[in-house]
Amino acid sequence: MSWLDRVRNALPFGAKRDTADNLWHKCRQCQQMVFVKEWEDNLNVCPRCDHHDRIGAKERFAQLFDGGIHELIAAPAAPEDPLKFRDTKKYVDRIKAARAQTGDRDAYQNAFGRIAGQGVVIGVQDFAFMGGSMGVAVGEAFVAGVENAIKRGVPYIAITAAGGARMQEGTLSLMQMPRATVALARLRRAGLPYIVLLTDPTTGGVTASYAMLGDVQISEPKALIGFAGQRVIENTIREKLPEGFQRAEYLLDHGMIDMVVHRKELPETLGRLIGYLAPEKAA
Amino acid sequence: MTAFLDFEKQVAALDRQIAELRDMGDDPTLNIDNDIARLEDKSSKLLRDIYAKLTPWQKTQVARHPDRPHFKHYVAGLFDDWMPLAGDRNFGDDQAILGGLARFRGRRVMVIGHEKGDDIPSRMKHNFGMAKPEGYRKAIRLMQLADRFGLPVVTLVDTSGAFPGIQAEERGQAEAIARSTEQCLALGVPMVAAIVGEGGSGGAIALAAANRVLMFEHAVYSVISPEGCASILWRTSDKAADAAAAMKMSAQDLLGLKIIDRIVAEPVGGAHRAPEVAIASLGDAIALELDGLSGLPRDAILAAREEKFLAMGRG
Ligand SMILES: [Zn+2]
Repeated sequence: MSWLDRVRNALPFGAKRDTADNLWHKCRQCQQMVFVKEWEDNLNVCPRCDHHDRIGAKERFAQLFDGGIHELIAAPAAPEDPLKFRDTKKYVDRIKAARAQTGDRDAYQNAFGRIAGQGVVIGVQDFAFMGGSMGVAVGEAFVAGVENAIKRGVPYIAITAAGGARMQEGTLSLMQMPRATVALARLRRAGLPYIVLLTDPTTGGVTASYAMLGDVQISEPKALIGFAGQRVIENTIREKLPEGFQRAEYLLDHGMIDMVVHRKELPETLGRLIGYLAPEKAA
Repeated sequence: MTAFLDFEKQVAALDRQIAELRDMGDDPTLNIDNDIARLEDKSSKLLRDIYAKLTPWQKTQVARHPDRPHFKHYVAGLFDDWMPLAGDRNFGDDQAILGGLARFRGRRVMVIGHEKGDDIPSRMKHNFGMAKPEGYRKAIRLMQLADRFGLPVVTLVDTSGAFPGIQAEERGQAEAIARSTEQCLALGVPMVAAIVGEGGSGGAIALAAANRVLMFEHAVYSVISPEGCASILWRTSDKAADAAAAMKMSAQDLLGLKIIDRIVAEPVGGAHRAPEVAIASLGDAIALELDGLSGLPRDAILAAREEKFLAMGRG
């Protein structure tokens, strides 16, 4: 896919890119300025410091599926604002703002496509939508994605990014942990592999459920992955956290994931894994 | 002596008056008995009124009350021939989650639950009921054991949450919780969970993905503590009461949302005022649920549990 196509696909942001400010991307890690085109051609990875920036479903689907070709999988609508929640703002207004900002209905999208010619359903959690937080709609989409994979007889890949559960949905958000887990049990019974790609950041209840239940666990470099927040830990134990704590490489060292893979290598790695784990077609 | 909560001040004042009158001895000319009876009546009415309309934040304080019965009291009051089992076979034996074999009203069961401890040394020993990965992995091991030998699983949930610490993270806190939840959902034997105090987030659901979920009248069950929610969404933990109300974490709200299946009544003034009454009520509720699940084939038990959790939030 060309850069222009990608910009066009990224609407409603496309229009803003005409301004001079948007010709440049400032790396969140090294603070250096990079041409947006160069940055995007580099898969939203900083060409200076290799920082893997957070990206949404559209970019993931474009980057991972063969030729970027994919078919979106609709999830049933979830009840909105089940608790009539309001903090300093109404939850419904926060959702509206997130929808306007991202162009998505909620924080999780699924699509079917091929990687190295092999069918697969990928679900992507988008940190840009309310911190990727897991509420009923995310649970609904996760279940829909897994069920679609079962129906097609293909592997399921979850690409996680979340600050945790969506507090505005209270205990219903907590219930999405067992809910997603049931869907995965069914995937397993169907003999289909479940691959998790952890991205920055994956924390809280998302980590403590589907993000850690993969048959194979992959992470992008330096992604923050953990159960408890770092400030909570510091306040509880009153100790400095070790260097690199809760980063992908740290988890690899502690036996919590199988591999840390650069974004450039993901299609190849996923393709090989699917080749090993997906049901073999009868010759 | 009961530790009074903030909103019980008037009751505390009355009880102090009653105690003072009692201390005056039994001088018949003072007619103290009548005064005492009148004050006791007033105190119990007041307590009843207060507890009939506790706010979610007040319930949170009741659920955390230091005198509230917890795991060891339920084990002593409800189960015979308690045989604790220990260890996750990998790292250690986490004292924040206890478990073992027991007989419950004629049934053989596996009992697993959080233990908070009830004085400073025991609270330290049990890490205030905040489990580490080895605690959840012990729970997984015991659930698998129960499943193999056909024993129903009864869990007693009472935790502010899983322990947030460096070693807990290094040993895979998130994975341990995820696997424990998965194990609950994979059981072919009946599982009944009771939220007896605090049901705190992932640390609670890891032991609560059960066929039937009971909850005490004044227990709380939430995705994050009210203080945590307030400090994130309101940017000050002073708004914990607002957060508790907004998150709908009371048993009454959660029954309406179909997150729990049954509310277990507490004695007036909360479980800590008459622990033996609370414990017996919980026992009756557990027995009722186990009766309802007994005799079902393994597939049906598992499928029913899966369907229930698959529908969570579907409205
Ligand atoms: Zn950079």
